[in-house]
Amino acid sequence: MRTKNPLHILIAIAVAGLAALVMTGPLSGLILDGYDFQANFKVPLILAGFAMFARLLFAVLPMERLRPHKTELPPKPATFKPWQAALGFFVVFALCASFPVWGSKYWITVLIMALIYVLLGLGLNIVVGLAGLLDLGFVGFYAVGAYGYALGFKYLDLGFWGALPTAALTAGLFGAVLGFPVLRMHGDYLAIVTLGFGEIIRLILNNWLDFTGGPNGLDAPPPTFLGWEFKEFANQGGTPFHEAFGFEYSKGLLDGFIYLTLLVAVALTLYGVHRLRRMPIGRAWEALREDEIACRSLGLNHVNIKLSAFMMGASIGGVAGVFFAAYQGFVSPVSFSFFESALVLAIVVLGGMGSLTGVVLSALFLTIMPELLREFSDYRILVFGIAMVLIMIVKPRGLVQLRRPFFAVKES
Amino acid sequence: MKPLLRVEDLSVRFGGIMALNKVNFEVTEGSITGLIGPNGAGKTTVFNCLTGFYRSQGGAVWLKTPEGEVNLSTLLGAKFRLEDLGQPAKLLEKTYYGFFGGTHLVTRAGVARTFQNIRLFREMSVLENLLVAQHLLVNRNILSGVLQLPSYRRAEEAAVDRAYQWLKTVKLESYANHLAGSLSYGNQRRLEIARAMCTSPRLICLDEPAAGLNPKETRELADLIRLLREEHRATVLVIEHDMSLVMSISDHVVVLNYGQVIAADRPKAIQEHPKVLAAYLGTETTA
Repeated sequence: MRTKNPLHILIAIAVAGLAALVMTGPLSGLILDGYDFQANFKVPLILAGFAMFARLLFAVLPMERLRPHKTELPPKPATFKPWQAALGFFVVFALCASFPVWGSKYWITVLIMALIYVLLGLGLNIVVGLAGLLDLGFVGFYAVGAYGYALGFKYLDLGFWGALPTAALTAGLFGAVLGFPVLRMHGDYLAIVTLGFGEIIRLILNNWLDFTGGPNGLDAPPPTFLGWEFKEFANQGGTPFHEAFGFEYSKGLLDGFIYLTLLVAVALTLYGVHRLRRMPIGRAWEALREDEIACRSLGLNHVNIKLSAFMMGASIGGVAGVFFAAYQGFVSPVSFSFFESALVLAIVVLGGMGSLTGVVLSALFLTIMPELLREFSDYRILVFGIAMVLIMIVKPRGLVQLRRPFFAVKES
Repeated sequence: MKPLLRVEDLSVRFGGIMALNKVNFEVTEGSITGLIGPNGAGKTTVFNCLTGFYRSQGGAVWLKTPEGEVNLSTLLGAKFRLEDLGQPAKLLEKTYYGFFGGTHLVTRAGVARTFQNIRLFREMSVLENLLVAQHLLVNRNILSGVLQLPSYRRAEEAAVDRAYQWLKTVKLESYANHLAGSLSYGNQRRLEIARAMCTSPRLICLDEPAAGLNPKETRELADLIRLLREEHRATVLVIEHDMSLVMSISDHVVVLNYGQVIAADRPKAIQEHPKVLAAYLGTETTA
């Protein structure tokens, strides 16, 4: 395919331009004008120019250097000692926790959404990255968590702190409900069924007017902390937080509180999943991803392992849903479309299947980057897409490669 | 001496093909038994029945365990039949194993196996492969694992130690942290045997362990198989096409052809058995 012959390159560029004209000409070159249409070949010509320029770049640039080199790195022990890693973790945590003090209100709201996606990514990472079960309906569990909070408040008078464990349990239960019928499925078939599951949840929420409010959505109450409310005037029967501690009310108080709680939840989940990966259950998930038949031949019950992966992932998704509802103060089925599932899956794949650092980095990247690109307004999604494509070309196995836990040889 | 494994009238049908037709043989405790036969004779089908991957249509596989003899076929959960309704005990057993039964119970009863086409966890490290095999022996309590309680740490350390011992036995200790998929073919074969042995089986079934090995590796494999019996008191059942290997290591050889046992005897006698010669070389009338 690669050639140095200038004539070949010219021909290839001409073909690319012609193909672009054929494809874009009828779509953007003809403008409807009443019952008539006008030919406007300016746009298709510009697009064809783009295509030809891109083809030229492909021909001239050394594309091979973008591809990763396949080298087998010798295994080495962790670069950091456990106490160093713990110290680093706490420093990063403290830095993040102090953000409401020095950061702007706008960025807190951005970071809340970013952390919610970190949580979702960590949940889906268990199902897709570790257990290798392609799940395209993860948004269903997110919705279960968010609606669990809103419905729990409406019908059971359940507060934020009651909703967290309840939503985790309910979402876990939904995970098991999804898990049972798909026990025998793999790959593409599993993806289709889970896709359907996510849509079913959304459609039920959309159409069950009496119970869920349908497309009108439901209100979710702002969270409280030990009975203190984060409003200027208490209306849930408690005392406002700023009055209890005697300082001036500021509008960012509620978001700051949600941000801090969410940060603690993310830190706990990170540690939990980090431990799980080194524990028998995490090893069993990965073994299931690698070879289910070999798993069964070693006495592992694949039913339990699959269900536990689905349930654990779903629980984390449910918790993320509660935070989402608490932050938005309102839930509606629109927030739980297939696009969300795809975005979370993109986070896991882009980060590097199974890698925790990768999930965190890519979740931050995929949520913060669209914010940074607001300047480009109309081309935001385009730039976003190009950035993703570039990352996948340079690092096809994700940003961070999964590293195996190292076991030191003991002298005996 | 009572046999460790008794196969009684084992029958398996794939559609209209009778893959196994009333197969009967025994494996003595502490022996190395060879299972041979021409291609398509049903050797791997027998293995898949013994290790709980196929459901047999008839017959039983009895394994001697400390708790008495277990019929491995029932562990998979058999199909319900109308006559079961008259026997509540049988119905209860079938319902239980129908829900909770499966291949894993066969392994837990004490049968381990390797595969003809190696099935390692390729993207996991060599040592992790052996740790997965010890899944049932370690502390699986999630809370004690997340909090790293002392009981969990002790169990985990014991598992790592045991894994290292097995790596030494199969001479792979320098590869402990390498990815299993990056090992050479011969090393992968030995790792798979070590992994199967990590489940502490009473009976280990090796499916063509010498396939793809060079003569030197084959000799080492023979030593390893003898070692399994002598030092680890395992009973070995081995499918193999390499006749010199089978004849040199086994105490007893079972020959299958067209889904039936045509001979079962000591290696010496098998080599001169007329039916075996006919199966492998053909008879004069057909030749």
